[in-house]
Amino acid sequence: MKCRVCREPAIIDVPRHNANFCAPHFLDMCRKQVRKAIDDFEMLQSDDRILVAVSGGKDSLAIWDMLIDLGYSADGLYIGLGIGEYSDVSGEYARSFANERGLHLVEISLRDDYGYDVPTATRATRRVPCSACGMSKRHLFDKAAIDGGYTVLVTGHNLDDEAAVLYGNTLRWELPYLARQLPTLPARNGFPKKVKPLVRLSERETAAWCIVRGIDYLVDECPMAAGNRHLGFKEALNTIETQSPGTKTAFYLNFVDKVAPLLSAFALGDDVVLAPCARCGAPTTGEICAFCHLVETASAHEPVPVELVTGRGARRR
Amino acid sequence: MKVLLRNPRRELDIAGPRRVHALLNDLQLNRESHLVIRNGTLVASDEELSADDVVEIRPVISGGAQ
Ligand code: SF4
Ligand SMILES: [Zn+2]
Ligand SMILES: [Zn+2]
Repeated sequence: MKCRVCREPAIIDVPRHNANFCAPHFLDMCRKQVRKAIDDFEMLQSDDRILVAVSGGKDSLAIWDMLIDLGYSADGLYIGLGIGEYSDVSGEYARSFANERGLHLVEISLRDDYGYDVPTATRATRRVPCSACGMSKRHLFDKAAIDGGYTVLVTGHNLDDEAAVLYGNTLRWELPYLARQLPTLPARNGFPKKVKPLVRLSERETAAWCIVRGIDYLVDECPMAAGNRHLGFKEALNTIETQSPGTKTAFYLNFVDKVAPLLSAFALGDDVVLAPCARCGAPTTGEICAFCHLVETASAHEPVPVELVTGRGARRR
Repeated sequence: MKVLLRNPRRELDIAGPRRVHALLNDLQLNRESHLVIRNGTLVASDEELSADDVVEIRPVISGGAQ
């Protein structure tokens, strides 16, 4: 196999582009895709103050690295979720990435700062782990961006993430969710602008970026992810992708281009009236926001170790 | 060859030589969700792995619903 650009030996085949690349030209392809996403979807401006949500996994470290590589300046935000060893190790990867490159990483700990962790919240709310976890992350990312004076919040969602969510929402025709599934969400109602510059790169490509660039990231999976619906959707799409490369790209990008604009009338939220949460000041429809309710419930519960809410100890998935 | 797999971490001994795509097929692993690494470097899918290679097959799918 030879690189499409220079005919030197290739290190990776990218079937959806029907192309193979050597290391330098693979990196170029990734940069171009990210550049195109940023430009097409009006994600970033050169004077933006950028905050990247960093988990210590491949996607968030790859996008942080790429933004710096493309000449942006960006700080990182890491949230300690308290998911046992997984969280300890992921924090180390995030910290050493930042330290080695002289980048600024803001850290929040659910346990130290809010009195709970994800396993405890899972047990206390009797919901699937990703529900309390996702809600906590969204709230704290938004809050850190607004409080820190950042103009845009970047997340590491890649093509596979977005295609899987789109697939799930389409199977159920969740119109309000579909209407909001966009790579750029403008600032509104006290929420920061949010962008996903990796939507034109697959997971395999963001992982390859890290390997080629020598970025150490946490390969092991969150122990609470096993068996969630989202993983099943990714597998299903990858089975189709293997048979007809480019399907995931077309499914997602054509949705954004052709279908999402038709759905804007179904988007919830633009017309609802939000007022500041009486406790934390975040925009909410009630008096107290959902995050403050979660903090109240979860911090009152005795701490639950992660082993009790995964595998055999789990009550529900 | 020695093959390191992740999630969970385990090691297999596989008779070589074998091409990368054939190895993934043998192990019923989807090429969209795995990368093969030898000595810290990615190996393209048509490349031949020899009997004394040590390779890692790294899954690239992450799970969070967010
Ligand atoms: S997999 Fe679920 S529980 Fe684990 S970090 Fe992601 S959202 Fe949180
Ligand atoms: Zn090349
Ligand atoms: Zn609140």
